[in-house]
Amino acid sequence: MEQHWKRLADGVELAVTRTDKFKTGLLAATLTIPLSEDTATAGALIPEVLYRGTRNHPDMEKLSAATDGLYGASLSAGVRQRGESQCVSVLCSFIDDRYALDGSAVLEPAAALMGEVLLDPVLQDGAFRRDYVESEGANLADRIQARVNDKRSWAVFRLIQEMCAGERYAVDKLGSAEQARAMSPEKLWAAYQALLPAAKVTFYYGGSAEPERAEDAVRRSFAPLLTGRTAPVDCRVAAKPKGPVRTAADAMDVTQGKLAMGFRTGGIAVGSAEHPALLVCNTLYGGSANSKLFLNVREKMSLCYYASSMLDKIKGLMVVSSGVEFAQFDRAQEAILAQLEAVRRGEFTKDELTAAVRTTANSLRGRGDSQAQLEDDQLTRLLFHTAREGEELIGAVESVTADQVVEAAQKLELDTVYRLTGKEG
Amino acid sequence: MDRLDHTALGQTVHHCVLPNGLAVYVDVRPSYSKKFAFFATRYGGMDLRFRGEDGEWTDTPAGVAHFLEHKSFDTRDGNALQRMAANGVDPNAFTSASMTGYYFDGLEGFEENLRTLLSFVSVPWFTPESVDKEQGIIAQEIRMCEDDPNDEAYYGLLEAMYAHHPVRNRVAGTVESISHITADTLYQCHRAFYRPGNMVLCAAGDIDPRRVAEIAQEVLTQERSSATPADHGQPERPQVRERLVRKTMAVSMPLFALGFKGTPAQRGEGLRQRLLAELVCDVLFSPSAPLYSRLYEQGLLNSSFGSFYSSGPGCAYLVAEGESRDPERVRDEVLKEAARLGSEGIDPALWERLKKAAYGAMVRHLNSMEDTCIELAEAHFDGEDYLSFPQVFQSIERGHGEALLREWCAEERAALSIIAPER
Repeated sequence: MEQHWKRLADGVELAVTRTDKFKTGLLAATLTIPLSEDTATAGALIPEVLYRGTRNHPDMEKLSAATDGLYGASLSAGVRQRGESQCVSVLCSFIDDRYALDGSAVLEPAAALMGEVLLDPVLQDGAFRRDYVESEGANLADRIQARVNDKRSWAVFRLIQEMCAGERYAVDKLGSAEQARAMSPEKLWAAYQALLPAAKVTFYYGGSAEPERAEDAVRRSFAPLLTGRTAPVDCRVAAKPKGPVRTAADAMDVTQGKLAMGFRTGGIAVGSAEHPALLVCNTLYGGSANSKLFLNVREKMSLCYYASSMLDKIKGLMVVSSGVEFAQFDRAQEAILAQLEAVRRGEFTKDELTAAVRTTANSLRGRGDSQAQLEDDQLTRLLFHTAREGEELIGAVESVTADQVVEAAQKLELDTVYRLTGKEG
Repeated sequence: MDRLDHTALGQTVHHCVLPNGLAVYVDVRPSYSKKFAFFATRYGGMDLRFRGEDGEWTDTPAGVAHFLEHKSFDTRDGNALQRMAANGVDPNAFTSASMTGYYFDGLEGFEENLRTLLSFVSVPWFTPESVDKEQGIIAQEIRMCEDDPNDEAYYGLLEAMYAHHPVRNRVAGTVESISHITADTLYQCHRAFYRPGNMVLCAAGDIDPRRVAEIAQEVLTQERSSATPADHGQPERPQVRERLVRKTMAVSMPLFALGFKGTPAQRGEGLRQRLLAELVCDVLFSPSAPLYSRLYEQGLLNSSFGSFYSSGPGCAYLVAEGESRDPERVRDEVLKEAARLGSEGIDPALWERLKKAAYGAMVRHLNSMEDTCIELAEAHFDGEDYLSFPQVFQSIERGHGEALLREWCAEERAALSIIAPER
């Protein structure tokens, strides 16, 4: 697997992973801007509307017919959050040329179709088609409102809203339901025209083609993005001073409670020297089936159906997510915090540490077996050039010591506790 | 071991059946870092009645297969999950309606982890105390699923389609049904279904296929066994039991599952029927087919919509599920379109395009060692070779799709399950 990187223009970069281990190639084009309440809804809606039709393939039926013709290429468009930035992407996964039944190339026509989707939408009166904007606006609003259906992720979502209120991080990457329903074609078109020159532009290709071939396809299919870039985008996240621990709760008609707890990492994030230690600390504490939360809080004490921790390595957050009986909220919370105290005091065995190091290193190494994860990692790398990756990061993880884990754990500060309770409870 | 080269797919699979009856498949992938192993028994949520080695038929409460899956990680020396996690891998398991599978992927210690996997799955260890405790954990899991509107819509559909076929039971059972499960029940079902002749081992990655077979031979019993007979009741009528079921829950918008009750495939025809049925799903529900775009543009469907084909011994059905302001209208439109396609025929260009797309999607799917191993196992239980799909595609014609539409997608075979918002 060879890794290539190239700057195509100011604010425009291409990363290539050349490998023939997959049956497929994957190409991604991403436009990144800071998350903001003013632009988030448009940022989320633009890819949905773009995906509805291009000048050449003006409706979904024709666009799907085009991907069917590319051997069922999986074309998608959407938004992701990276720290406090919103990333608008068009991605396409398509079978490698070797498996095309008629021996024709798939990379170039796939790139061309993606370029069409991102840059050449079907128009009506000089803006997006009104019916597309209205129906996608309604769909987006429904999606935002449907977040509540999955209570496990809803509890984490609500925690972040409470914990990071006032920070860009808490701005929903999908925007607001109200704005989505009210979006006009003119307003969305203006947002699109503002996005194109201002965003940081990153491309990724993973597959068996030579990097030059990928670059050529990108230059040909996305030419308008390579010139006339405005000021560079700053993707850094803002720090927040520590305050007292806050609590929040909602009551809903559920049979099982959810307890979510948010911690700040004391400034440890993707570029910091302590980042590898925090990764190991998280695995040891709640990030694996061998973690303290899983073994003690779930298995030994039977306090939670699930209890796990996860990191946002860019923002510098750790979230513990758990499902509990209503009557057990206090006990579960105590137990979850007690396990963290244990890590802070260095109460873990050498074996536990070794297992956590291996689990962490292996999960990083294993990402190389997934094209989608390679793309996801390369997007982070393209946006945050300080991020360590691949063997460099794995090496750092493998040399993490018990003291470093304790130090990382001691930097974790509880910020907010969120409970989702039953209506009668 | 036999070496099967699927050159058109760039895949090489090694296969053998051990003297004890266990089937072994190894998908060799030199460039992958991870190694994956999947050990599965032909035993799932629908296998409630079976004939044990004593020749007697036994009935068991719903949820035993899933309960066993939870308890299989227990061994005399502690929990295998932790032992393997300490060894750098994260083992997991799932129970479907017709299969229970245990698996891990990892980068190192593959042989040792494979031994642990084979050993904890094949050697039962249940105590009354641990079974009691698990009852609490599983009851919580069942309650959590009962809060999930998608699950509720799906099981509502199965109950509406099937009058008595055990697929209508929730795989995990109910809080009531699992209260009847004891350590003895688990031992009895383990004896019946966890014998090599009823199981399959699939592995993938940069591994030596002979070693996989050798390790399985060393760890598992030498005693020869064969597949366990399970009874799924009398064949079902083609008609659904109830055409419309409805329930209210805390959802923002109505959710639905629309099902068409199909005819179970003959043995050896499962893969072909699946590819055909999936193509019919595409003809009706693919975004490149006329119906979906029309309903989407009318605001009757959104992007949460999806469709699939599912089957097991004695059952086969199509499901389309999603959110809609008006699920009953969606059903009516689908029925109308199916009738039109059945009589006027499917557009030949659309059919060829969908076939090309379906082939490409299956090729893409092979990127995943996990998915490939699970597919190999499922096909094995049906007596088929999953990687023969390019050839099977060639044998499927448009007329077959039209015949299936006429037979399955009719009003008396359709059931609709709706989860409506409260109030």
